[in-house]
Amino acid sequence: MRIFITLAIIILSGGTLLAQQPTPPTNLKVADFVNDAGDRLQLTWNLSEDDPALDGSDAEDASTEDVPAELDNPIIQYRIDRQTSGDSEFEEVGTVDAGIDEYVAKELEQQKYTFRVIAIAADGSVSVPSETASGTPIVQWIDKSKIAFGIFMLIVCGSVVYFIEMAKAGRTLNVRKIAGLEAIEEAVGRATEMGRDCLFVPGIQDINDIQTVAGITVLSRVAELTAEYDAGLDVPTTRSLVMTTARETVEGAYTAAGRPDLYNPDNIYYLTDEQFGFVAAVTGKMVREKPAACFYMGAFYAESLIFAETANTVGAIQIAGTAMPSQLPFFVAACDYVLIGEEFFAASAYLSGEPQQLGSLKGQDVGKFIAAIFLIVGAVLMTVGEFISPGSEGEGSGMFREVILFIKDGLLGN
Amino acid sequence: MKRLVPIVIASIVGFVLILAKFIPPIQSWEENVVLWFDILAVFAFVLGGGNLILNHLKKISDRQAGWGFSVITLVAFLGTLTVGLLKIGVPPNEKYLDYVWSGDYQAEGSAFWWVFSYVYVPLASTMFATLAFYISSAAFRAFRANNIEASLLLMTALLVLVAQTSSGPMLTDFIPDDSSYAIFKVENIKGMLVNLFNTLGTRAIMIGIALGVVSTSLKVLLGVDQSYLGGD
Amino acid sequence: MNTIWHKLADLDRRWLFALTFLAIGIPLLTGVVLPQKVSPMVVNVFDAIDTLPEGSSILMPLDFDPSAEGELQPMANAFVRHCAEKKHKIYFMTIWPQGVGMIQRQIALLKKEYPDYQYGKDYVNLGYRPGYEGVIKLITSDLPKLYDSDQQGTPVSQIPMMQGIDNIQQLPLIVNVSSGDPGLKQWVQYAATPYDSIEIVGGTTGVQASTLYPYIPNQMIGMLAGIKPAAEYEKVMFEKYPEIEERPESNLAHIFMTSQEVAHFMLIAIIILGNLVMWKTSGQGGRS
Repeated sequence: MRIFITLAIIILSGGTLLAQQPTPPTNLKVADFVNDAGDRLQLTWNLSEDDPALDGSDAEDASTEDVPAELDNPIIQYRIDRQTSGDSEFEEVGTVDAGIDEYVAKELEQQKYTFRVIAIAADGSVSVPSETASGTPIVQWIDKSKIAFGIFMLIVCGSVVYFIEMAKAGRTLNVRKIAGLEAIEEAVGRATEMGRDCLFVPGIQDINDIQTVAGITVLSRVAELTAEYDAGLDVPTTRSLVMTTARETVEGAYTAAGRPDLYNPDNIYYLTDEQFGFVAAVTGKMVREKPAACFYMGAFYAESLIFAETANTVGAIQIAGTAMPSQLPFFVAACDYVLIGEEFFAASAYLSGEPQQLGSLKGQDVGKFIAAIFLIVGAVLMTVGEFISPGSEGEGSGMFREVILFIKDGLLGN
Repeated sequence: MKRLVPIVIASIVGFVLILAKFIPPIQSWEENVVLWFDILAVFAFVLGGGNLILNHLKKISDRQAGWGFSVITLVAFLGTLTVGLLKIGVPPNEKYLDYVWSGDYQAEGSAFWWVFSYVYVPLASTMFATLAFYISSAAFRAFRANNIEASLLLMTALLVLVAQTSSGPMLTDFIPDDSSYAIFKVENIKGMLVNLFNTLGTRAIMIGIALGVVSTSLKVLLGVDQSYLGGD
Repeated sequence: MNTIWHKLADLDRRWLFALTFLAIGIPLLTGVVLPQKVSPMVVNVFDAIDTLPEGSSILMPLDFDPSAEGELQPMANAFVRHCAEKKHKIYFMTIWPQGVGMIQRQIALLKKEYPDYQYGKDYVNLGYRPGYEGVIKLITSDLPKLYDSDQQGTPVSQIPMMQGIDNIQQLPLIVNVSSGDPGLKQWVQYAATPYDSIEIVGGTTGVQASTLYPYIPNQMIGMLAGIKPAAEYEKVMFEKYPEIEERPESNLAHIFMTSQEVAHFMLIAIIILGNLVMWKTSGQGGRS
């Protein structure tokens, strides 16, 4: 009798142990990872039935009865094993958290690989492996998802180059007057009359920021003017690479203006990379030396208002140019003239007056035209589609759904 | 020559990287270039530090006005650099106790950490906090209804300011959430201003900026605009 | 009567500074807390963290410096507390050199309030790497290439929670707190937008908010911009996890919000006063 009881206990507990082993993931598929260098494979599978994520989604669906509301031993991870062709053994290559049903295998060669996925439960028990699946990575020489993007890029860049060439060939281009740029000469002139310096801050980002480059090109025109008028020029920088570039620029400008003797590299100097240390130094200088004209051209952050308000109290004329939308309101409120976004990028071309530079502005207009067409077409399609048959938010609906999805994912994509 | 070489380098690297964006096997080149920039930036620290020292030594030796500040700057700079480089007061990494320099230079209790926590943090916070004071003086001086545009700006600013308070939304609490007048609730008007008008304007400016970036970058890569190199 | 307006027109701005100081300082000292009305965006951000299964992996880049601490620390604290309540694994990192100090504060908070949270198992400090947004681009495809060790120099191979993490696409959510560039904008542009598997919520300063709204909801689930949404976040969190409210300094955003409330009304008064001055002095004041 005792033997029977013991046997029964063993069988029952064995049964419990068996029940605790999690169910494996199913339907494992291995496919080439699209648009890659041929070193990756994309794995997908159906979640194990013991996956809490599956449980959550099923709980909302009242028709599913066989999934318990609370899992005793939920899955916490999936382990991915890989077998390289020729090897006999599987080796672990990675894990993903429960609820995730995909994995990208990386750093592969162009040969056949076989995979299997194993579910790991909270108590450490593992499922039997899923059925295996194999695949071979393929090299793609063109990222097809970026073709539409590439075409837009070619059109926009092509039109910039086209109009530059047109301008070189002698076609005259009209550019509207930009008040902020007209005022630069006035500001430098005023500084000369008052016998005070012009202060130029080329933003607080490094030279790899295109706004800094744009700021430096404006600096070159301002420096030409200060050389002509014999006004002082003070350029504090927050990055040493910007300092080096600015020195080259200003030296070139002074030489071009025929006054290389006036160039003093000490007036273009590095202060600190630290934002508010820089603010303290520059505002201190403003208060002590009272510059007559202040130019802020580049990427600015919280310091914009501190600079502009301080310079305002010393009575300086202020011209700012930046492509930081969040700082534009502060500059607009506190400065005399502000170059907003693309006006700032247009400044160098405008100030140089060279036809080939002005041509680039015309090219930008083509880009703007394309953007406007997309905006209008997209808005019209979404609106009309919504009226005809309302559908899920953001993806359009009914007859236009396909078109909208094509524009969103196919043309605009990533 | 001095200008030609940088332009050629910039053009080649620029255009190759643009192409690489479209060719998967060489897409990782961009990552390498990012790492190169980091290496360059390390030299820039030396360049910047050197310039800082020279500039302030010159001010001190010339006895320029305010040279005392230059002394403070140099002492602070060299002091921080020394305690950071020598890892003064840094306990070794728990896993490598035999190696005294294995700890993190910013580890809690180290001299560098002390400078960071008790000198740098209060100073930086103070400078940032001055912004609040400048906002009040700018608000007094600049937010004036001189014309229609300025009046609109003023009204918008007042509305958003009210809506950003806890008590602001209570002003229109008498309007039920489900009534057709709910859009006139302070928080909903603010929501519309921020999410609709602000987003519209910002998107337009961002598109313009993006095109400006394309055009400026192209001018640099094609060598049309060489003013950043010191010439036309 | 006119003379008063003329005097006001030439008002020394230091009076305004003094007024600002009092308007911000006094409420801070009194510690009065006002009720908050929770906006839908805050609920979205909260749900992004709350609906993840317990023990999920969260990447938490803290890209700000001490200057923005006043505005961002309360929301960073709230995010960390919330993640810890959900027993999420937290991967701290930063692309700002000064961010290291900000991470240390969060780790101190974890050690104090969640003593069971173990380093290397429940949270890790990957620290700072130079390279601005380049860091983001790299770790979306290859994390160990840049982060071969944590902030203390321990190789990632010896850190249990780093096992099997090849890139940040494997982490279901990024919770970023940032005060500028590179920051939330770059995380959205270079991580969340190109990779569908990366979801992001963020926290940022009020000033930065206007440039980030355009990314919601398609590229970013939601964000907290400034102190007010942070206070609302605290409120939602207190409702779900009431024990947090008992802890000291757990309602920092609520306290700061009172200051902001008074300061906002002061600003409104100043703006109205400025306009009155302009009208009374027959439009001589101000240029705009």
